[in-house]
This record gives sequence, structure tokens and C-alpha cells, in this order.
Amino acid sequence: MIELNSIRKAFNQGRHNEYWALSGIDLSIPEKRVTALKGPSGSGKTTLLTILGCLARPTEGRVRLKGEDISGLPERFLTEIRRQTFGFIFQQFNLIRGLSAIENVILPAFPTGRPRRELREKAEALLADVDLGHRREAKVEWLSGGEQQRVAICRALINDPELLIADEPTANLDTKLSQEFLAILEKLAAAGRTIVLTSHDPLVVESDVVDFVVSLRDGRIVDEK
Amino acid sequence: MRPANLALAVFACALAAFALTFADAARLRASGAGDVAATAALVERLGLTDLALFTEARYTRHPTQADLHSAFQDHPVALEHFPTGALMPPPAGMLKAYENLDRKTEAPD
Amino acid sequence: MKTWIEKQKHLIDFTLASLSRRKGKNLGLLFIYGLLVFVLASVALYTHALRAEAQKVLAGTPEIVLQRLVAGRHDLIPPGYIEKIGRVRGVQKQEGRLWGYYYDSVVKANYTFMAPRDMQIERGEIVVGPALERSRGLAAGNGISFRSYSGELHTFIVGDVLPQGSELVSADLVLMNEADFRAFFRYPEGHYTDIALAVANPQEIRNVALKLMAALPDSRPILRDEVLRTYASIFDWREGIMLALLAAAILAFGIFAWEKAAGLSAEEKREIGILKAIGWETGDVIKMKFWEGLLISLLAFLLGYVAAWLHVFHANAALFEPVLKGWAVLYPSFRLTPHIDGLQVATLFFFTVFPYTAAVLVPIWRAATTDPDTVMRS
Repeated sequence: MIELNSIRKAFNQGRHNEYWALSGIDLSIPEKRVTALKGPSGSGKTTLLTILGCLARPTEGRVRLKGEDISGLPERFLTEIRRQTFGFIFQQFNLIRGLSAIENVILPAFPTGRPRRELREKAEALLADVDLGHRREAKVEWLSGGEQQRVAICRALINDPELLIADEPTANLDTKLSQEFLAILEKLAAAGRTIVLTSHDPLVVESDVVDFVVSLRDGRIVDEK
Repeated sequence: MRPANLALAVFACALAAFALTFADAARLRASGAGDVAATAALVERLGLTDLALFTEARYTRHPTQADLHSAFQDHPVALEHFPTGALMPPPAGMLKAYENLDRKTEAPD
Repeated sequence: MKTWIEKQKHLIDFTLASLSRRKGKNLGLLFIYGLLVFVLASVALYTHALRAEAQKVLAGTPEIVLQRLVAGRHDLIPPGYIEKIGRVRGVQKQEGRLWGYYYDSVVKANYTFMAPRDMQIERGEIVVGPALERSRGLAAGNGISFRSYSGELHTFIVGDVLPQGSELVSADLVLMNEADFRAFFRYPEGHYTDIALAVANPQEIRNVALKLMAALPDSRPILRDEVLRTYASIFDWREGIMLALLAAAILAFGIFAWEKAAGLSAEEKREIGILKAIGWETGDVIKMKFWEGLLISLLAFLLGYVAAWLHVFHANAALFEPVLKGWAVLYPSFRLTPHIDGLQVATLFFFTVFPYTAAVLVPIWRAATTDPDTVMRS
């Protein structure tokens, strides 16, 4: 689905604090599978995730999405691709405070101009799927951590993306909630979505849901299985 | 109700009220046209030159007819340096001081 | 097109939701903003209507009024003076006018006494302006005495009261027979206050005035144009005073609005990052903020303007009346006819709506162009 060729990514390039987060990554993300990026903090897994999700462009190297080279596309097109193809679940959930759960869920669909009723129906269905139907009008800051994450998952799914990107999804959850997350993940994988996540939580990396594990260290892939 | 629709409805009302002010203007103009015409006719008939806004002194009652060289009026474009031009009437205490000079009569004649 | 409208509605939904998070603050802003528009629009509407009214009403004022000056001061027109003018070409009609002031110590007000030529008034009768009707409780048939400047008491019967609709020019008038006028003021026979001249060709007025000054060096002609200009500038001046008084308030609001609109909190920056990460384009973020600025400023403009309209034309501009009209003992009560200057309204619109919308957009422009991956890295 996504192919990376000798990706390198530098921060603060050309300045005294220049820092290479990724130094030569070749990776292929298979379709309809769950891929986990694992590694200690600072290994470059989040940076790799931003490149996979078209949030950032590599300094060097090529990114191919379904065979098409997208690393040279201008920001406008990247945004559109991001909106159509990817759903994001952030570590801090990144919900907009002051809005209700359902309003947060439909946010990514606003630029598409789809009718509000359609969006709300879809969002209600998504929230009901993760047992949050009764909390849909609650403001997100009143929700618990686990509920917030489920809202974030629904938000990632509103545009019906082929690919889900999750950054440390269980970092803020206890074991029970993490297991619930894995159950949701399993459902999504069974529904045929491609999923890429980063984690150093053994519970996730070693679970049966994950098909491939890519280990990173110091900006390089050290192991793939 | 959807917030955007609510906002648009509020806007539609405000715009309608805005448009109504113009209709109202036309209405008031039409209803006041008679008075304006009658006033203009009176001006022409009596040869009036000024508005009866300030009657306190001759140079305020007829600013256009005032002496060319009266105090504070000695420049052709100097306007309104007179007390009536102030924002408020003089305080009652000040009026009292001049009462003796006021051609005072005890009762209306 | 439908998608476009739906999308704008989504953006409005979002901007309203984020505005409602600080409901009190934003409603307060809307209120103060509307209040400012209200004050500015009231001043503009009122002075413009007053100016336009003066121009209309005074359009028929004599083309030239000729005064005689003695030692630089207005003096009486002596007998034989009017006849000298007859020879100036272009003058269609000339007539001596008789008018003067009378101070009424009962109500502490000046009246304008006048002996009109074209109006038949019996001896012993007077026609009074509506302000006298009010202040002295006069009606047709009533008697009233005035103590003249020579100390004698003169009694008149009120024959008629001038129509209330023309009060703006006739409030304090007392019209009487010429003989009564001369007797009351001991006005010497054959003398006049000034001379009104009718000139048929408006292009000739200035030339006639020049000729008059040459022929009668002690005269001072006052042209109709000058009369109209004087009133235009009186109300300009009053509008200016009002705006000067308001300048501090306008500036204070400017600072407040700039602070509110241009300051971008860390929270808002974070939100913009999130929106970009989940698929909003930079343009969408800017449009969303544009709607915010437009909604607030346009609504403030419309509400403020409509309130000002009601205030000026249906409540007699009760709040600013003294500043814009001045005060007077015998104040004419008149109803203004609305005259709307489209350019004035457009200017007000531009200067209230545009700066705020721009102030909202400027910081967003910078924030919205940041990379979306900052959300992941924070």
C-alpha cells in the first residue's frame, strides 16, 4: 500500500542543531494488515509515522502511495490525500475541547462539504459501535481517557479511510482499556483496513492482532517480522 | 437547530431590518414631504434666512446675518463661538448673577 | 455549489461552536462593537439629515440679502437707499425687510419680530411661531403684552399660529403689521433692517453682488450660497466635535478588538494544528476564521445601524440631541426627514466591518501555514 525508499529526515537542517531522525528507511506497508512500529523513544518511529501519514515530507527519499509518488506533491494535495486516505489517532487524542463528542467526530469531514445530517448519522453509528452512543452530546473534556480515545477512533473513521494511523494508542490507558482498544483494533482489521501504529507496549506489539512488527533504533530499521 | 442555520436566520433578520430602514426612510420622507415643502414655502414667502435653532442672541439666531466684525465672528469661516454652541445650557447659578441686568419683570406683562 | 454552501455552513458551525466556548466574552464584544456602530451611525444619520433638511428648507431664501454697515456693524437702511439699487442690472425685485429681536424676560428667550410684506396682518394682531404657542401658552384669539425697549406696554391679539410642521424655521417668530412694528420698536419711518434682492439668473448672483458693493461701498451682500454653506459647516462642525469626543472611545475599542481578534492563544494554535492534521486545508482554517470575523463585525454593524436608525428617526436622537443640535431656551421641536447618504453608510460599513475581519485573519494566516506534523511532535 505504501512504499518507502531510502527515506531520510532531518530537523533543523543546515543549523548547528541539525539532527537526523531517520537515516535510510526502506519499508513497505502491506494492505489490509496491521503493522506496528516499535522502538525506544527517540528511535524515530513517530517521525516515520508522520511521513507515512503524509503529515510531513521526507528530506530525502521517495514515498509511494498505491504506486504513486507523493513525496513531491505540494501541501494542498497532500492535505487532500491525508483527508481521503488516512485516519489519525493521536497519542494525546487531540480532541477539540468545548465541542461535544459527535461534533469532534464529524470535524474531519467538514472540508468535504458532505451534508450535516449524513455526517451525524454516520458519526452516531460509529459512536454506537464503540459503545459511546449515549455520550455523543457530552463535551469531550467530561469524558474519561478511554472514552476520549474511542471518540478519537470514531473521528479517524468518519471519512472512511483505507488506512489508520495510531501513535502510541495505549500510552495513556491502563491494561483493561488497552485490551478494549485491541478488541476495537481487531474489529477494524477484520473489516479490511490497513493499520499502522507505533508502540513500545508489549501488550500491543505481541498481540495477535498485529501482523508485522518493525523495530527501529536510531533512525534505522533493525528488525522486521 | 443547526448553529449555522440559526446564525443565518439571525443574519437574515438583521439584513431585513437593515433593508427596512431604507423603506422606512422612503415612508418618512413621503409623509414629511408636505411639511418640508410648506416650510420651504414659508421661507420663501417671509424671506427667512436662518433656522430657528438657537435664539439666545442675535448672532446665534441669525448666524448668517450676524455682524461681520462682531466678537469671535471676524473671519468669514469662523463659526459658532457662542454659548448656544456649547453642549449644555449654562448652570442655574450663573443665570442668577445676571438677573438684574435681565430686563427683569416680576410678572408676565 | 451545494457542496460549497454545505462546506461554508460546516465552517460556520465550527466557528460558532468555538465562539460559544467563551460566550460571555464574545457577546460582550458584540455588544460593545454594536454600541460603537450605533453611536457612529447615530451621529452620521442625524447630522446628515439635519444638513440635508437645512439645505432643502433654506433653498428658497433670498438670493441676496444686503446689509448696510456703519463702523463695521450692521445698521439701518436709510430712506432712498433701496432706490439706488434699482439701477443695478439683473436685479428682479428688491424690498426692504423689517425684523428685529425682542427679549422676553418671562421665559428668558429671544423672539424674532418681523413685519412681513407679503402677508396681511391687521393692526393689533400678531401671528406667532409654534414655540411661543408652547412656552407662553398662546392660541389664536389670546391677548399678550410685550414691554417694548422704550418701556411701554403693547398688547396684541394672536391672530394665528404658524404651522407646527415649519417650526424648524419659524419657532420664535412674531409677525405683525408694519405700523405696529415701527411703533413697538420706535423704528424710524422709511428705514429698514436690510434689503432682500431677487436675482433671476443664478449665474448672475455673484456679479450682482460685486456691482452692489461697487455702487454701495458701505453695504455687505450675503448670498444664498453662503447661507447654505454656513449651515452645512455648522453641522459638519458639530459632527466633528462629536467624533472628537468619541475618538478616545473608538481608540479604546480598537485596542480591545485588536487584542481580542489578533491575539492567538496557545489553545487556538493547538486547535489549528489539529484541524490541519485531520485534513483541513490552510484555506479551510482561514475561511473558518474569516467567518468568525465577518459574523461578529457584520452582525454588530447591522444591529448597531438599525438601533441608530430607531434612535435618530423614531426617538429623536434623544442621546445626542444636545451635542448635535446645541441647546436653546426656545428649542424648536421638529421631526427630521431621513436623508440617507449611501456613501456615508458604505464608509461606516467599511470602517467597522473590514478592520475587524482583517484583524482576525492576520495572525491566522501565520498560524495556519505551520506544518501539520507539529501535533504529533508536541
